[in-house]
This record gives sequence, C-alpha cells and structure tokens, in this order.
Amino acid sequence: MNNLVEIRNLRVAFDGVPVLHGIDLDVAPGEALGLVGESGCGKSVTWLAALGLLPGKASVSGSVYLQGQDLTGAPRQALERVRGKRVAMIFQDPSSALNPVIRVGRQIIEALRLHRGLAGTAAKTEALRLMDLVGIPDARNRFNLYTHEFSGGQAQRLMIAMALAGEPDLLIADEPTTALDATIQAQILDLLITLRHEMSMATVFISHDLAAVAQVCERVCVMYAGKIVEEGPVAQLFDTPRHPYTQGLFDAIPSLSGPRRRLVPIPGTVPDPRHLPTGCAFEPRCARARTFCTQHRPELLPQPEGRQLACAYPVPVAQDAVQPEEEYQ
Amino acid sequence: MSPLLEARDLVRIYQTRRGLLGRPSNVRAVDGVSLKVRRGETLGVVGESGSGKSSLGRMLLGIDTAQGGAVYTNGKAMPVFGSPEWRSLRARIQMIYQDPLAALDRRISVAEQLREPLDIHRIGDSESRMARVHEVMLSVGLRLDQADKFPHELSGGQRQRVVIARALMTEPELLVCDEPVSALDVSIQAQVVNLLADLQHDRGLGMVFISHDLKVVRNLCDRVAVMYLGRIVEEGPADTIFSDPQHPYTQALVSSVPQPGRALKSRIILQGEPPNPGNRPPGCAFHPRCHKAEDICRHTVPETRSAGVECRAACHFAGHASLRELA
Repeated sequence: MNNLVEIRNLRVAFDGVPVLHGIDLDVAPGEALGLVGESGCGKSVTWLAALGLLPGKASVSGSVYLQGQDLTGAPRQALERVRGKRVAMIFQDPSSALNPVIRVGRQIIEALRLHRGLAGTAAKTEALRLMDLVGIPDARNRFNLYTHEFSGGQAQRLMIAMALAGEPDLLIADEPTTALDATIQAQILDLLITLRHEMSMATVFISHDLAAVAQVCERVCVMYAGKIVEEGPVAQLFDTPRHPYTQGLFDAIPSLSGPRRRLVPIPGTVPDPRHLPTGCAFEPRCARARTFCTQHRPELLPQPEGRQLACAYPVPVAQDAVQPEEEYQ
Repeated sequence: MSPLLEARDLVRIYQTRRGLLGRPSNVRAVDGVSLKVRRGETLGVVGESGSGKSSLGRMLLGIDTAQGGAVYTNGKAMPVFGSPEWRSLRARIQMIYQDPLAALDRRISVAEQLREPLDIHRIGDSESRMARVHEVMLSVGLRLDQADKFPHELSGGQRQRVVIARALMTEPELLVCDEPVSALDVSIQAQVVNLLADLQHDRGLGMVFISHDLKVVRNLCDRVAVMYLGRIVEEGPADTIFSDPQHPYTQALVSSVPQPGRALKSRIILQGEPPNPGNRPPGCAFHPRCHKAEDICRHTVPETRSAGVECRAACHFAGHASLRELA
C-alpha cells in the first residue's frame, strides 16, 4: 500500500439526511491535493469525518485508512495519536481556533509536549524555531504575547506553526486564506508551498478559490452536493474542464486580464440535501443535461486521458468537437 | 453639470486607547480622500482591511459625519445626519451591505421588508406600494411566490437579491455597495454581479463599489480608486489600473491575485503587513513594504500627481519611465 491516506466509500448523514454520498479519495505521500467546491458540497465534512471530528448526530460509514490503519470506528485513544500528530489541520479563522487567554508560546509548547514529548528548554527552542520557520518576525520577543496582539495573517502563521509541531505526514488546510487580505493571502500560499517541500509532507488544500488551488496543488478534486464530480491533474482540469459544473465554475469567475466580458453564472442554486434530484445532482442547473440525466446518477469513472469524471454528457474536448452532430442534437 | 457625488478631502478620525487607562490616541481611518462619481458610472474602491474603505462608504452616505472635508450630492452639501433633508436624500442614495442576513429583519417577510422604504419615505398609497414591491422583485430575479418568505427560508444569493431590491425600492440615483458579493459562492456571485451590472446599465445608476475582490471590481467598475491606510494612492480607469498600475502598492495588489497558469514565483509578494493606522509611517505610508522605496519616500509624503490619461497616483516615482522598466 503506497498511499498515505485511502478513503473508500465514505458516507456521512446528519439526522438521517445524507450529505456525503460515497467519497473515494487517495492521498499519496508528499502530494498536494486540492478540494474545490461551493459551501455545503462536503469538502470540509470529508476530512472532519475521516478524523472523527464530527458531532455525535452524524452517522459515518465507509473506511479511512492512514498507511493501512483503519481510522473509522477506531477508539478515541488511537484517533488522538493520529490527530494533530500525523494529520494536522488548520482552519479558516485563526483567531477563533487559537486560545485567546493563553500566551502563543505556551500554546505551541503544549502541542510539542503532546505530540513529541518535549519539555523545558528543548520545547521552547523548538517552539521558537517553528515560529521562525513560519515567518513570525522577532519570535523571541513575541513568544509571550496573546493572540489578539497578532494580525490575522500572523495568527494564521501561528496556527501553521502549531500544526507543524507534531511533524505531520499530512496537513489539511481548510480555506486557510479565505479570511485574509489579498497580499497576505499570497504570503500564506507561498509559505504553504515552501513548507510542504521542506518538510516533505502531503497537503490537502480545501478551498472555493480555484486559482489559489491551482497555485498550491498538483491534483484537484471538484465536489458538488456531496460527491466528487471530476478529478485530475491541475493543468488538465484547468485547460480542458469536462464536467459542466467545473466548466461553469471557470466561466463564473471574472478574469484580471483580457477583454472584459459578461460573467456566465451557473443558473439556480445548490440543491437542498433533503431533496436531491433523483438523477445527477447537477442536472437542474446543467445546460448539457438530457432526459437520461434526470434518472441516472453518474458514477465517477476513470477516463482515457487520466482524469476521473462523473458525467454522462461531458463537455467535449477539442478533438471530440469535430463531431458536432452527435453532441448537439 | 455637477457630478452625482463628490467628496472633498474627507477625514474620519477614530479615538482608541490602549488598555483601560491608556492615553487616547487618534486613528485617521480616512485621511483626505477626494473622489467623484458621475451619473451612470461605477467607481470601485479597493484596498486591504483597515484601509478605510468602509468608513469612506459610510461617510459618503452621511451615516458617519466627516470630521474634515465635505460630501456633495448634485452639487449640494450633505445635510446634517438625521435631519429631514438628510432623510429625503437617503431615499436617493442607498446602501447594499455584505451580510444579507444581518441587513435583513429576520421576523418580517420579504414583501414587508421591501415595502418598508416606501412606508418610511411616504411614497405612494398601499396599492401602488405593493405593485412596486412586485415590480422590483421581478427585476432582481426573485419569484413572486417568495414574497411571503422569511429571510432564513431563502438561500444566500436570494437574500442578497432582497437586499438589492430593498435598496432599489425608492428609485435611488446612487448605490453604495460595501462588499456586496464577498459572502457568496462563486456561481451565485456571478449572478449578483451580472444583476448589479444590468441595473446600473438600465437605470443609469451611479455606483460606489467597495470590495477587496479585484477580479469582480475589474469586471464591474469603470474607474477604480486604490486605498492604502486611509488615502487614495492611485485612481484611474479600471482597464488602466489593472493592466498598467503605476503605484507599487497597486502593482503588488494586482499581482497578488492568484491566477491559474501563472507561477507564484512571478508574483510580487509583499513583505510585512499593512501597518497600524494609529502608527502611520512617516513619509510615504507604504515605504516600509515597498520594494522601490528610496530615501525621499522615508521623509516626504508623495503628492498625488497625474500618471497617464485620467490617472493619478501618489508615488514619487509614478509616471516615470524608470519605474516601468523596474516593474
């Protein structure tokens, strides 16, 4: 088994309403994987479920293997050895994820003590090294400050320092730059890329920002209504998106260069998980949908060019476009 | 003809104190901002958090009183906040907020929310008010059966449509939008951006569009003003600002927007964070983060100067050929 994480048929339901409909996902060691989708598509729930972080009312089925060890249904103690240590997670809002009444230095030391058993001077030296590593200027003098004395970008750097304390194999970054200003966002993306190479850890980057994902990741999964609808290498997906939803996401984003054009929004809204369409979940919003799509839910299937796709009538690639009769009846 | 909206040298100062007994200190959130909005024109205001964009927006509406400078609408000075003249002016200048759920009243239906501005400004009788509610609902893409719904029964995009509809009820001449699409998902964001563009085009509205999302601003705005620490550092036509920015801060800002297919290495990544407005660096406020800063920037505040056609920038080197070569 070569993959770091293997998720198989992961399903989650809240109060009997399914929100995740069978996710299969692999993460290779050292790989940077992006998860893209709109709010409520299940991109965060996937990883919260995998790490056993969902509240009790959620029913989770399927399996999650971390280097052969099954995490689903694992006892709390086993999970606690994984969480924060081998798989670390950082969140969108750093100021609410850090403890406001404990000095930041102590928070980092706490993580070092829990995950690496460090104490005393060794812990402090390591904590300072981590603060330097994530680019906190003048770490020694700011070791004893509280979180409110740091700006949003620096609080996110502190979160990253704490996440690195356990020397994780996998860092899950859940919308890490969404709450930050553009210039600070660029700094944090840069930091994530550098750290991944220096520490040779895998990164899962959860974001709704396709462009940010493109800069950090090698492979992307696009999710819609609790399913992966398209998966493939970044360049392939961005050059020739084939799922109409992926294509729609690209068309909806205004561009910074080239002629100004009217945006092409995706009509309608994300379906209510309680009343999902019987066929493809994207069918009501899809311009390419046909009768077939209203009855059959497409499976995620491997394509000859290397990607996986869940669509019965995908967007044609250039050579397909030569046969317009078949495609546009 | 005088412009629809004109602001001259606006200043807004907040008092803060450090700790309970600390000495109060003044933070100049907006520091000498002048701008003009013509009829049918969209002015984008961009900048990072703390740059004073929202404070500026509130002053343009007269919700916050300017401590220096003045706001003119159609050539007339802004009446005093709360006065009858101000109230009647507010029917013609409306605001659209970022968080629709916070801007809407959760306990009354969509139709009542939309009727409220007409009740307040005493426009029409009850029959014509309802007719107007239905007319505006359709024009922003809401269905009439949604009139009896409450805000929590609507999706985020629909709620923002209600907020926009409410702002349009009194047929304003000017809309001030403060981050109107930031809380929306990409696919819904495009719907609302198109809606704003259509409304602006069809009704000839003037619009001030405050946002940190440069892509949306470029798509929607005719002119753009870039703010840094309470001042406008560059202003010009949207196309010029984004294709040939003159101020180093604008250059960094434009370059920091992630674009697929462009490597991170080719971007200008600014060092450091925006400084605290309470502790403004001397000289050019941007010099500690600027890669082109020279001695003059450390002690002399740059004047706003012309930098190309209809462009002005507050940088000692703006408009110089040498800067373009460096960039």
